[in-house]
Order: sequence, then C-alpha cells, then structure tokens
Amino acid sequence: MAVGDYLRERFFPHIWCPGCGHGIVLNGLLRTVENMGLKKNDIVMVSGIGCSSRIAGYLDFHTLHTLHGRALAFAVGVKMSRPELTVLVPMGDGDALSIGGNHFIHACRRNIDMTAIVMNNRVYGMTGGQYSPLSGYGTMATTAPYTNIDQEFDVVNIATAAGATFVARTTAYHVQQLADVLEEAIRHKGFSVVEVMSQCPTYFGRKNKEGSAVDMMEKMKTLTTPIGSKAKQENPSLIERGIFVKKEMPEYCTEYQRIIERAMKGK
Amino acid sequence: MAKLKLKTHVINRDWCKGCGICVHFCPKKVLELDENDKVVAARPQDCVCCKLCELRCPDLAIEVQTEQE
Amino acid sequence: MGGRLTFVQGNEACVEAALYAGLDFFAGYPITPSTEIAELMSVRLPLKGGRFMQMEDEIASICAIIGASLTGKKVLTATSGPGFSLMQEGLGFAIMAEIPCVIVDVQRGGPSTGLPTKVSQGDVNQARWGVHGDHSIIALTASNHQDVFAITVEAFNFSETYRTPVILLFDEVIGHMRERLEIPAPGEIPLVERLKTSVREGVDYHPYLPREDGRLPMSDFGGVHRYNVTGLFHDMWGFPSDNPRVVHELLRHLVDKIEGHVVELTRYKEYFVDDAEILLISYGASARSALHVVVDRRKRGERIGLLELQTIWPFPAALVREKSKNARYVVVVEMNMGQLLQSVKEAVERPERVFLSNRVDGVLITPEDIRNILRLIQGKGV
Repeated sequence: MAVGDYLRERFFPHIWCPGCGHGIVLNGLLRTVENMGLKKNDIVMVSGIGCSSRIAGYLDFHTLHTLHGRALAFAVGVKMSRPELTVLVPMGDGDALSIGGNHFIHACRRNIDMTAIVMNNRVYGMTGGQYSPLSGYGTMATTAPYTNIDQEFDVVNIATAAGATFVARTTAYHVQQLADVLEEAIRHKGFSVVEVMSQCPTYFGRKNKEGSAVDMMEKMKTLTTPIGSKAKQENPSLIERGIFVKKEMPEYCTEYQRIIERAMKGK
Repeated sequence: MAKLKLKTHVINRDWCKGCGICVHFCPKKVLELDENDKVVAARPQDCVCCKLCELRCPDLAIEVQTEQE
Repeated sequence: MGGRLTFVQGNEACVEAALYAGLDFFAGYPITPSTEIAELMSVRLPLKGGRFMQMEDEIASICAIIGASLTGKKVLTATSGPGFSLMQEGLGFAIMAEIPCVIVDVQRGGPSTGLPTKVSQGDVNQARWGVHGDHSIIALTASNHQDVFAITVEAFNFSETYRTPVILLFDEVIGHMRERLEIPAPGEIPLVERLKTSVREGVDYHPYLPREDGRLPMSDFGGVHRYNVTGLFHDMWGFPSDNPRVVHELLRHLVDKIEGHVVELTRYKEYFVDDAEILLISYGASARSALHVVVDRRKRGERIGLLELQTIWPFPAALVREKSKNARYVVVVEMNMGQLLQSVKEAVERPERVFLSNRVDGVLITPEDIRNILRLIQGKGV
C-alpha cells in the first residue's frame, strides 16, 4: 500500500495497545490524505498530549507535538502565518474538551481553516484510565471507583454551539464513513470538527465491562445510526453519525488578508 | 470497474498485535489468529477483496494485494 | 543617528523596536499595563503585511506565537504578571523545543491580580524560575525609552542567535511613561535573521544537531524538511527519547548555550563606577532614581557610582564581581523584596557589604528612598 509513504515506519509497531481505535483513525487518515493527493510538505499536524497525540509522531508530515490541550492554539499560529498549508489537529477527548476546552470553543468561533479530529475514547488512557469529560454519568474509571457523577459533553453539540462550520461524527467501526468524512472536513474551507468514537479496550473497556476491542466495535455498530434515520425516531437513545453542520462562513485567514489590504489602503 | 481478484494478503507480523478485529469483522471468515496471536489468511480462496480488514486494522499490519480480473 | 524623533510611551518604544527588528506576528491578550503593545500592534502589523491576533487567553497567545515562529516568522507576545504566570507552560515548551520568540512582561504589583496599574519589579525571579524543570533563560530590561528600543531589538537578535525565548522585563513606569525616542534609521542597529539550514531536499536534516559554533540552523514548517517538534526530551531529529545520554546531553545543551555565553549576552551601563566607594546596582525604572542620586552626589564630590544591568538573566556575576571589587558598600536598588539582591550577594567577594534599597508599595522608588538607605549604611541616621 502506498500509505506506507506517509508513515515514519521506523517507529512501528506503534505504542498503542492491541485493538486501540486510535490506530484505525491513523489508518483512515492515511487513506484520506492519499486519496486527496495531498503533498507531505504541505501538511502540518499539530497534536497535544495523550494517547491520541502520539499519532503525529508516526506521520511523515511537519509534526508539532505540543502541550496538553494546547494543540489548537499552536495550530492557529501556524495557519495564520502560512494559510496555504493544510493543518490537521488530532486530539483526545480530555485534551480537546477538558484542559483544551477554551481553545476548542474559540477555534470553532473563529472559523479558521483547519481540521480538528477528536479521537473520543471517553477516558484518559495515557495516565491509566481516569474519567474524562466524555466518559459520562454512571461510568467507571480509576478516579470514579464508585461510579462517575460527572455529566458528559456532546462534542457535536458543543462544536455546533461554538460556531464550527463543519461538524461530523463517525466511529472507528465505520471506516469507510471515517475516510469520507475526513476528506470532506479537510476540503471544507473553515474550522472542521470530526468526532471519531474510538475504543479503549485497555482502560474504558475493562473498567466498564465492555469486553474486547471487537465487542466495543460491535457496540459502535448497534448503538449508532445515520443522521435522521428511521431507527433514531424509533430509538432516541441511538447516537447519530454523519455530517451535522456544513455551512459557509467567512474564514479567518481570508478575512485577515482583507484587514491587511484595508490597512494598506489607509482605511 | 472490473472486479478485483486477490493476489495475496501481505501481513506484517512485526506490527500485528493480535487484537482480532480483522478476524471478527471479515465477512467471509478468511482470517484467523495463529498460535502466536498473529493474523494469517487461513482461507484466502474465500476472500472477496473488500479490504475491510486492511481499513480496520489499528496496526496497519494487513494489505490486501489485488489485481484486475 | 539619522532617525525619526518621537515622544512616546515605553510600550510604544517596544512596538517600534519589534517592528524595526522585523516582527511578523503578534498574539496577545489584554492586560494592564501591557495592553498598549497589543493595541498598537493591531494597527501597525497589518500595515506591513504582518498579522495580529487577540487570543482567548495568555496560554493560547504564547502557543500561537510558537506555532508562527516555526513557519519562519519573528514573533512577539506581551503581558503582565498574571498573564506571565499563565505563559510559563508555553515558555517551557519554547525552551525545550528551541523556538525563537520574544515575551514582554510589563511588570505590575503582585502576587495575584495585585496592583494592575502600579509599578513593581516582582517578576524577576519568575522570569528565571517560573518554568518547571532545569533550564536557563535570557531576560533583559531597560530604564529609558531609547534603551527599551535597543534592548528590544537585541531580544530578537538573541532569540534568533540562541534559538530560545527571550523575556523583556519592563515595568509599569517604563511602559506608561512618555519620553523622547529617536527611532534609528533602518540598518543602524544590526539585525540577526533566522539561521536557515543549507541542507538540501532529500538529504537527512537534523533540526536538533548543533553546528560547531553551537547554533542550530532551522527549516521552516511548510519547507522541504519534515521533522518533529516536541516538548518531550528528543533526539537530533526531534523525536521523543528517554535515552539517558540523549536526555543528559539535551539538558546540558539547553543550559550551556546560555550560561556559556554570559559575556556575549551581557548588556549594562555604568556611571562613575571606577572609583566608586558606594556602588548602586539597579535596573529598569529603579535605575532612573539610582542615577539621579549618583549624579546629585557626584556634584558634591562623593565617590558613588551606578551599575545599571540590562541583562538580568543569565546573571552577569563576573561583571558584578569585577565592578564591585573596590566598593566599600554595594546597594541593590529594586522594587521587590530583594529578588536580584540574592544574585548580587552570591557574586561579590564580601556579601555582608551588600544592602537593599527597595520599595514594594506600588510607588516608584525615589531618590529620597535611596538616600535614606545610604544614610543608614553610612551611619548618619535617617
């Protein structure tokens, strides 16, 4: 497979556990980049801290592995300085929405042209299985030994409310949709958020008796449904997959270019 | 488009971690884990070249090589 | 100087200097008493095709400038104490990943929200030690607007030369006071530009392998060399490593590239130091009052001098030791509880002869405050 051209193969096998959904996201992203014919020199990947952020080290792009939660803030500086580059920002759920929550909503609001990929495995894996803001009420974690009483965010709702102009959700099971959605997100001129439900069999799965990676992916199949499906009407607890928001709004770098022109004209 | 015909399953045993995702979700039950928990193509003759194993492998350890029939 | 004459605030002098140095990108968050820098940048940067961003907080501000720097831009952020605290995480990243950037801290009273509109020099030690883990840092300051201009340009030059963040530790008085500034003609102050790698496309490039002179040529993000940048300890390609030898060598490199160049990094001014029996050591706005005392007392024949430090960190210990060796008394004049005093005491031969003249109530230290301490030292009573 030509996808090997995009990998830093000397670091394989990767650090993720057997059956980790993050590897499937990496897989899908590679194929997307290949299908789109993007040049490696034109891609900057900016990541934060956590299992998810390690994705950057495996890809032969310009890669910036930053601080916990801050990936989008670094990425904004890259994109504003070189708007012609494709900026991809993979993040974990805690990374994006707990410590990085403020950066996340403001990046949505600004509508700067980059793609945020929230690899949502509902747990802090790198530190060993603590609950995240996506774990959800009633789940178990090493820091919720008697059950979690924290309510969870909905990534799609929060991104939509914060003004992201492209918002989608898919899962590590739905790999064809994953590649399609990622491609559409990267092509979208504006801030794109793609939530990928990703299994962590080692921590979330084990703590919550969800079985193996295979069992967890089976649940992704049965507990999700395409947006607006008949199944959703019959069973409102199903989680919808697909593209929720796709709208044209002024893009930040383009707008700033107009500021420069206005300033230079003396207006 | 012409139908794809299997050439071979290229399996990177150093990368495979034996999670069994490819085995479980293969629609034709082509794949198995061997005694070392590494994937092998046990029934390649049944492969329909859907490449779902390749797409779903978290370890990038399987490639389904095909040719045009 | 063939420059342009202006009458400006210190914050404006800093902006003029940053633009003179070739600033391309500024990201910041409003905070007194530094806000004028952001305001003026929003006006001036787009005029030259540069970019200004008001971020969601100071954490994002420093992260954004680091990202921009990696694309080859000269970058700046400006803040004050509380924002400077928030920036420590990003500052540590810039140190570890060796990203050139300049951070202005216009100091105000602290801790916490403290005295937003009043002067202090209370961040001297935060500048040195605010980042966790072993490291070294460059922090510069100045006491008048002409020097603010020169030292700001120098900050960019040091940042590019040593591939490291540089802190400009100004204070509320310097930031807000208006005085004359003559902006030098282009070319009058030499500028250090980003050292770019000469390694060609397709040839293995090591972003973290220093040349013989210790400098690390860079390749811009978006260029022909793809490499990794991380806050983790890393090898010469920028990939994470916990190999003890790699860790040890990188930490030594990060510290040595600064501590091994103290002479090159030291900027100072001296007034009547050679025969001084009493040596005042001061910096920033405090040095203005100290100089007033020195000039005043020299007129009366008193052997008193001033060593004004512009480089605070790395601390120029050898310089301080040399300049104070003939002095009977050394008096450190600063607006904090003695943050630089400790370094002076460590540097001199007779630390028991080092005294502190300070003020920590949000009011600029006055010549009278300094004179009172001198009378006490000289046994003349207050």
